[in-house]
Amino acid sequence: MGTPLLELRGINLGFAGNTVLDNVDFTVGRGVIASLIGPNGAGKTSLFNCITGFYRPQSGSIKVDGHELMNLKPHKVTQAGIARTFQNVRLFQQMSVLENVMSGSHCHSKAGSIEAILGLPGQRREEAMIRAHAIECLEFVDIAEEVDRDATNLAYGHQRRVEIARALATRPKLLLLDEPAAGLNAGEKQGLLDLIGRIRDELDISVLLIEHDTGMVMKISEHINVLDHGIMIAEGAPKEIQANPKVIEAYLGQDDGENLL
Amino acid sequence: MAQTRSNAFNNIIAQFNEPWKRYIAFAVIIALLLMAPISLGPYATVILTNALLYVVLALGLNVAVGYAGLLDLGYAAFFAVGAYTVGILTNTFGLNFWLTLPIAVGAAAVAGIIIGTPTLQLRSDYLAIVTLGFGEIVRFSARNLDITGGASGISGIEQPWLFGWHINTPFEFYYVFLLLAIIAVVVSVRLQHSRLGRAWLYVRHDEDAAEAMGIDTVRIKLAAYVIGAIFGSVAGVFFAVNLGAISPESFSFQQSVLILMAVILGGMGKIPGVILGAFIVVLAPELLRDLGEYRLLLFAVGLLLVMLFRPNGIWSVKGK
Repeated sequence: MGTPLLELRGINLGFAGNTVLDNVDFTVGRGVIASLIGPNGAGKTSLFNCITGFYRPQSGSIKVDGHELMNLKPHKVTQAGIARTFQNVRLFQQMSVLENVMSGSHCHSKAGSIEAILGLPGQRREEAMIRAHAIECLEFVDIAEEVDRDATNLAYGHQRRVEIARALATRPKLLLLDEPAAGLNAGEKQGLLDLIGRIRDELDISVLLIEHDTGMVMKISEHINVLDHGIMIAEGAPKEIQANPKVIEAYLGQDDGENLL
Repeated sequence: MAQTRSNAFNNIIAQFNEPWKRYIAFAVIIALLLMAPISLGPYATVILTNALLYVVLALGLNVAVGYAGLLDLGYAAFFAVGAYTVGILTNTFGLNFWLTLPIAVGAAAVAGIIIGTPTLQLRSDYLAIVTLGFGEIVRFSARNLDITGGASGISGIEQPWLFGWHINTPFEFYYVFLLLAIIAVVVSVRLQHSRLGRAWLYVRHDEDAAEAMGIDTVRIKLAAYVIGAIFGSVAGVFFAVNLGAISPESFSFQQSVLILMAVILGGMGKIPGVILGAFIVVLAPELLRDLGEYRLLLFAVGLLLVMLFRPNGIWSVKGK
């Protein structure tokens, strides 16, 4: 497969003397669905924040498609092809579902103030393109009928879908989902599994998720990385992870431990 | 009681949600404004001209405060940049008025970029302090420099000619400001419904999420700040030629606060609200003139009551 899609080497991150990530190496291949798991406070979201540019690791290297992302601002990381969702859904309030998803096209369009004020044909075409692309993304996640509703008034499961549509609108190569199943019921979780599969199969986008629901992780992931106290303790296929004694030890005494075993 | 009255008012505002009703309302207002000077006489015309000036200023500040959520406490500085640019260039250097207009726009943009670039990386509260300082720096500079005429300012600024027509009566200036206000409204509407306008709202509602969508938040905020500055500068240009004289005291902190009040009172980010706010801050003290000394007190109490009962501004519609 050549170079991996995402490659992290020797990531060190600390806040005020506390080590959060300790020399983490991490790769995500092309066209895979991968997961990052670990007990609470293991540093999973911190690792996400390092990849997406929200945190700046003290040292290390982060490459997507061979391009160095270290020290890039979050919007540059998105432009390089990595989109994300947030652990607590963060939609833009008082804006419609459509307007929320239209934000994803921002980095693929360019009309500025002058074009907008004059309403030039190019700007109008671009607006139509942004709108059409947003609707396409909403159709893909299956909530196109809600376009005009206030996004934050939707049912929670639908808000999560809007957030995924919004991330897809940025046309990523890699989609990072931070606990996408949190707060969803069993039916919605199944729907999410199907959606993640379709994102990879139909859109050819690699997916990396952080997830607490280990049952779901085992079902969907082709590759799993386990983080504990900022150290990457295991990686491999779901079967290997389930049998790995280090992983079992890390989860012992945790609520999630039983689910895993 | 207050609740029901508030709902009734919301219903009136909601009437304007349909586009065709809005266009009719807009047409009626413009028709009334076109006829106003003829029926109301010279004194009212001057007051209304001032109100229209505030409409332009408030819509400009609304781009920064209302759309992008950038609290600017020194907006009068940009107003001063425009006024002094035209004053200095026409009086001292004998430049044609119409040539000074693009220069004033450029000067405001440069000033906006110089102040905005370092400060827009900070959180909004720091921005408020820096802009407050900037406003005072501009005013003090104007008062102490020779080129700006010191404390007495610049007088004898020539009124502009347009194809042989000398714009020099209050009535003519009224229509100039009416045209400026209409342009400001159209520009605001266009910006609001554009990619840039949406980006301002994304940044205002959730800066991190906006960043994650690939939006360069610093650049987007700078655009709002600079566009607001240009509105202020253009208003300053016409303010200077209308009065024919400017002095530093026209660009005080109170001026910045008054413009900000128009924006907040009417409803941040809502164009009809901001226009209403501008008319209120200019007309209310005039209408209360008979009360003499008490008028400012009464005005202040009125403002407090509005903020108490309609904290999102007079023109705040639920859900949008």
